Amino acid sequence: MTHLIDRRLNDRGKSAVNRERFLRRYKKHVQSAVKKMIGERKLSDLEQGGEVRVPRKDVAQPSFGFGRGGDRERVFPGNREYSTGDRIPRDDGGAGGGNGTQGGEGDAQDDFVFSLSREEFMQIFFDDLALPRLARTELGQVQGTRTIRAGFTRTGAAANLAVVRTMRQALARRIALGGALADERAALERALAAAAAAGDAHAVAAIEEALQRVDRRRRGIAYLADPDLRFRHRVPRPEPVARAVMFCLMDVSASMDEEKKDLAKRFFSLLYLFLTRKYGEVDLVFIRHTDDAEEVDEDTFFHDPRSGGTVVYSALALADEIRAARYASGWNVYAAQASDGDAFGADPARSARFLRERLLPVVRYYTYLELCAADGDVRPSSLWAEYERLVDTENGRFAMRRAGSREEIYPVFRELFRKEASA
Amino acid sequence: MSVLSTGADWDFDLLDRYDTAIARIAHDEFGLDTYANQIEVITSEQMLDAYASSGLPVGYPHWSYGKEFIRNEHAYRRGMQGLAYEIVINSDPCIAYLMEENTIATQALVIAHACYGHNSFFKGNAAFRQWTAADAIIDYLVFARRYVLECEERHGHAAVEEILDACHALMHHGVDRYRRPVPLSLKAETARLAERETHRERQFNDLWRTVPVATTTPSSLRRAVFPAEPQENILYFVEKHSPRLEPWEREIVRIVRKLAQYFHPQTQTKVMNEGWATFWHYTIGNRLHATGQVDDGFMFEFLKSHTNVVYQPAYDVPHYNGINPYALGFAMFCDLRRMCEAPTAEDRTWFPDIAGGDWLKVLDFAMRNFKDDSFIAQYLSPRLIRDFRLFAIADHRHEDALKVDAIHDDHGYRRVRRLLAQQHANDERLPDVQVLRYDREGDRTLTLRYTQRRGRVLDDTAQEVVVHLRRLWGFPVHVETWEDDVQQTHLGTIAA
Repeated sequence: MTHLIDRRLNDRGKSAVNRERFLRRYKKHVQSAVKKMIGERKLSDLEQGGEVRVPRKDVAQPSFGFGRGGDRERVFPGNREYSTGDRIPRDDGGAGGGNGTQGGEGDAQDDFVFSLSREEFMQIFFDDLALPRLARTELGQVQGTRTIRAGFTRTGAAANLAVVRTMRQALARRIALGGALADERAALERALAAAAAAGDAHAVAAIEEALQRVDRRRRGIAYLADPDLRFRHRVPRPEPVARAVMFCLMDVSASMDEEKKDLAKRFFSLLYLFLTRKYGEVDLVFIRHTDDAEEVDEDTFFHDPRSGGTVVYSALALADEIRAARYASGWNVYAAQASDGDAFGADPARSARFLRERLLPVVRYYTYLELCAADGDVRPSSLWAEYERLVDTENGRFAMRRAGSREEIYPVFRELFRKEASA
Repeated sequence: MSVLSTGADWDFDLLDRYDTAIARIAHDEFGLDTYANQIEVITSEQMLDAYASSGLPVGYPHWSYGKEFIRNEHAYRRGMQGLAYEIVINSDPCIAYLMEENTIATQALVIAHACYGHNSFFKGNAAFRQWTAADAIIDYLVFARRYVLECEERHGHAAVEEILDACHALMHHGVDRYRRPVPLSLKAETARLAERETHRERQFNDLWRTVPVATTTPSSLRRAVFPAEPQENILYFVEKHSPRLEPWEREIVRIVRKLAQYFHPQTQTKVMNEGWATFWHYTIGNRLHATGQVDDGFMFEFLKSHTNVVYQPAYDVPHYNGINPYALGFAMFCDLRRMCEAPTAEDRTWFPDIAGGDWLKVLDFAMRNFKDDSFIAQYLSPRLIRDFRLFAIADHRHEDALKVDAIHDDHGYRRVRRLLAQQHANDERLPDVQVLRYDREGDRTLTLRYTQRRGRVLDDTAQEVVVHLRRLWGFPVHVETWEDDVQQTHLGTIAA
């Protein structure tokens, strides 16, 4: 007796739990692989899955087995040229170990390779990161509205007419009004029949007239009348908004060489990827500046070369201008600035003051990334010195870090956006 | 009879008709005795899932299954590895998985192979009859999964994973080879578990803690050696005697041990089991064709799959990967049939009991009463040794070259046969490591003995296994190496 069962529609993720356990066990390997991939990849294809290699000995499951050496015999198929007693030189030089059956040994020494999906990659990429001060917004400090359905109403725009509901109302009204008349008519017909049987012509005429009256009234009941109309009702409901605007400020002056610009781009790319994961709606404003600032599009920002002097203040002023014009309310404002800090004269002090007085009060988080030379120039710039004073006074709203090489970008980024412990 | 179908497509109705036709041949014509069948059609993704858990429909979660899944998926996606056409589970009813991508010819081959070949082997072979309770295994797996999940909830993933890792390292040494375990069932097992735990709780008496400890042991007290005899089932010994395992940990050791025991016969009968199933799909397929139930197109595809399965590359081609158990087993069963139906003079000398006999009876006897090593030792004929051109290579530590030990000639037949049989024996795959001493009254050290033969040492991972064992045991563990009753001191003992 045989049962045939179609299991094709059953769960197919049966191994998902085991896969997840595997990833958890080798998290360290996966994380370091992800870190390496970030270093190697171009920005444009950062957001992809990737291959992870784990040394095979780390995933091996040990058990008692035979090592090399000792005496043994093995049987093989396909003899063509050998006869008993022939001697075959060992090709591996070492003693022991059958030859043929261990042919797979070379492969066995390779790394254990597997692929991460895009989601898994991004998950690990941004593991343990959070937007600073996001909580306040979620608690509803910034409110917006969204319309939701709230039943039906008798008045409304034609576009919102609920046809089915309206027809149901009409039917109910017709039954309610017409029912009594139908009864009345039936009674009159019975009376007419009785009168006709009795031969009372006078009564017959009176009843027929009454019948016509009833029919007239029945015809008067409208098929569809104004009171039947029903419209879909929508009401606005207040909702916390998780919209964000990100100001990316980059110094493209002559002192910013390609190396430094590359670092800045990496930093902004990370930030961009990160924000798009955290917020449903992210607006980006790219501002680049030399001695004066201009707003540019993403492509120009990242790829278009330009050079000149450095006036940081111009960029800050433009950012504030744009914020006031387009993002005055209902937005979480973040800003990130990347520069080598090579500003002159009164500019650093003026910029720091402007930042403290105008920008910092309205942004959630302001990060400053100072790009220094890779060979370890540790002398702080004039801008750094001015900004440093803000860190203490601006309590968590402002953060600054230095980075000199590609490898540092990711750690710095992680540090700036680390999940605040037990927030 | 009329042709069952033409073309490659299949549907459930057609599968049913093929199954009926195959069952008629298998049961009525050839008298195969099988469990009832449960054929499940699955997708390739589900097949990958099934691979990871050795085909078992339920199992406890563990990272190693995830690793297996990832490895197979990776290989499959890259096209480095195809998927098996089927997986069959030794249970009653016998569950077989068929992939939906297969054509009807392949499905028919798989039904004949798994649902009648393997199935009758599971029901008939002595190793399976002795060691596995086909009617209870699914129940037990359900119990095991639930228990492990419960433990994870109570004691945390890490603790459970640690125990499972340690048990898996010793899995192959958690098998009774010569004693029959009692059948298991979910209800009985749950009841017994509760009983075992209450017993252990009752044994606990806090008073013992207050008993003063003697500071010196009288030297006159001679310690009895425990256990009296060496124990081959290390996991069993750990489960019963480990000084530090918690009750739930003991239960997990037991679960792994039971699973190892369930899989044990499969490793013992690979050649026979696959050979038997292959012989029957081939025989049944040919009967279907001979009785006109399938057309030539069907048969071409059927034979193409069949020849892929029984392909045996020679030792010197790059993709040679050992002796193909399908090829060897299939050839041996076919050879047995040939010796019955058309014996030669050589067959009459070598196999006087079989030559010219009733082939169905001879095959049935062979299937029921042997394991791979004894099967080869008993039935491998000179003719097959010639056909496969088998030869033996000796690799001895004191020789500077390999030596051809025996080939397919009159002097070599018996030697090749004996060596090939040995190669399939348990001792060739697994080092003989047994529990030698448990120092119960002293520092609770556990001593294992590796009985070395012909200078074959343990490999490097042995140290890691001992570390795992120490985790289970809780006290020091040593492995001593003995050869010919002499302890091999120069190798040093492995300890943790």
